Amino acid sequence: MNTSVITINQLTRHFKETVAVDNLSLEVRAGEIFGFLGHNGAGKTTTVRLLNGVIEPTSGGMRVLGFDPQVDGPALRARTGVLTETPSLDERLTAWDILGIYADLYAIPRKAIKPRIQELLAEFDLADRASEKVGGFSKGMKQRLALTRALLHKPELLFLDEATSGLDPVSSHHVNELIERMARREGCTVFMCTHNLVEAQRLCDRVAILEHGRLVALGTPAELTRQYVRRLDVEIEVAEEQTEIALNVLRSMPQLVLGEPAKPNGALVVTINKRESIPDVLAFMVQNHVRVYRMAPQEVNLEQVYFTLHEEKEGV
Amino acid sequence: MNARAMFAIVRKDLKVVIQNKNVVTPIIIIIAVFFTGLPWLAGLAPTILHWFGGQMSSLEGILAKMPAGMLQELSGYAITQKVLVFVLVYMLLPFFLIIPLMTASMLAADSFAGEKERKTLEALLYTPTTDRELFIAKMLSGWLAAIAVALGGFLIYAVNVNAAAWSQMQRIFFPNALWLVLVLWVVPALSGLGVSLMVVVSAHAQGFQDANQMAGLVVLPIVALFYAQMAGAIFINISILLLMGLVIWLLAGLLIWLGSRNFQRNRLLAA
Repeated sequence: MNTSVITINQLTRHFKETVAVDNLSLEVRAGEIFGFLGHNGAGKTTTVRLLNGVIEPTSGGMRVLGFDPQVDGPALRARTGVLTETPSLDERLTAWDILGIYADLYAIPRKAIKPRIQELLAEFDLADRASEKVGGFSKGMKQRLALTRALLHKPELLFLDEATSGLDPVSSHHVNELIERMARREGCTVFMCTHNLVEAQRLCDRVAILEHGRLVALGTPAELTRQYVRRLDVEIEVAEEQTEIALNVLRSMPQLVLGEPAKPNGALVVTINKRESIPDVLAFMVQNHVRVYRMAPQEVNLEQVYFTLHEEKEGV
Repeated sequence: MNARAMFAIVRKDLKVVIQNKNVVTPIIIIIAVFFTGLPWLAGLAPTILHWFGGQMSSLEGILAKMPAGMLQELSGYAITQKVLVFVLVYMLLPFFLIIPLMTASMLAADSFAGEKERKTLEALLYTPTTDRELFIAKMLSGWLAAIAVALGGFLIYAVNVNAAAWSQMQRIFFPNALWLVLVLWVVPALSGLGVSLMVVVSAHAQGFQDANQMAGLVVLPIVALFYAQMAGAIFINISILLLMGLVIWLLAGLLIWLGSRNFQRNRLLAA
């Protein structure tokens, strides 16, 4: 799990005046699902292109699967699979045509082509429509076919640029299961560019957050939530007759409890300044004779991290 | 060089292009007009002229102004036969070159620019093909299609020419050695030149129409050749064709060499 599959060192890419990737440094380890998060134009797609040797960096270096993408691009690309942001499919061809052509491009042994294509078409529920032209496919079907093409040659490193974009919930779930299976059972490393923070939280071992081409956060989702989320909502259940007392006690510690406590569903919900303040809040309530039945910090997610970072960056 | 990958790209391009009306329609129109319409129009001209009370002998004055080499080739024929041979064998010969050149140029124009427009290029760039394999495969697609259209067109033209002129010629007189040199030597060279030029243009163009406008320009030298032959300014014989073919092959070779050295996928996405 600790072998580095991607090492990026001070990578920068300019497009004329625009800095698409700005001094980016990070490592992706073998077998992990690595989330690459950022808004549109943050530099995610440019990074994927750079890592596959499809475009050249302005400065900085990188190693991917032990290769320098600029020098060993073809050898590297034989071992990576890329799902591009748009499906990039010839609409005048059938699914079979496309997969057959890419099987030749990836030098899959001729005897293995037909069974491999059949296996993937069945896996992605495309077998019935495989002889039809792609132009007649729905957006979700095109996305699934593009993913099938990326997996055709069993890549060691899979780049997914918005893999579930345009998919219905069932298909999204299916794709996410497949991503997990590829990483957990088959040892494939997944580099996943996404806007979908819930998906990233659920799937990714580690995530990097990019803002205007710069890396602003890197770590496991849990580490990032601890590090970046300053506020925490806590649900507190007290004896019903003590609700008013509890509210007064909570209001009396403004350095720990932020804002006015709410009472949406019977239980009190307060926002406290940090996770470490929970024991202090509890102790103070107990000292003031409030009988606390339950105190539950609400789950902090990547979405909050993302927006906290975004607000910091924008100076909100 | 990975031949299997290159032929996969050729296969893909040809499959896509034969379904592209923007490319196929002009080719079909030119084949219909040039390979079928013109031979029958020329073959039936003596009869039509006769209906209107004209005589083919009135064209003798025009033929007399042709270069000596051509007059020698036409000697021994009756006047009606002379006119037919002049029109079908000599006058339209340079015009025939437009067909492969146009096919090659249109397909090559579609190669990168068309793929960019259809947003199908990126997946291809992520494959393990080298830049040189990609460039040559894209060129091969256009070149093979141009050769196929030219050979097919040549066969159709040969059948139509002999059938349309049968009443006057009473024998199969087409193709002659000049046409065989044209089809087997000059056409592949010219297609190679057109395709290599247009692939380079296509790689820098934003869309098919943008690149296709350039494709229109590459046929201009052929049109000039056509008028020169028709006006009697030059007589294209086998020696000239052999030399022309050689020069075009050398130019095509130079362009392919330069193109494959300078072509970088990096520039396709950076543009």
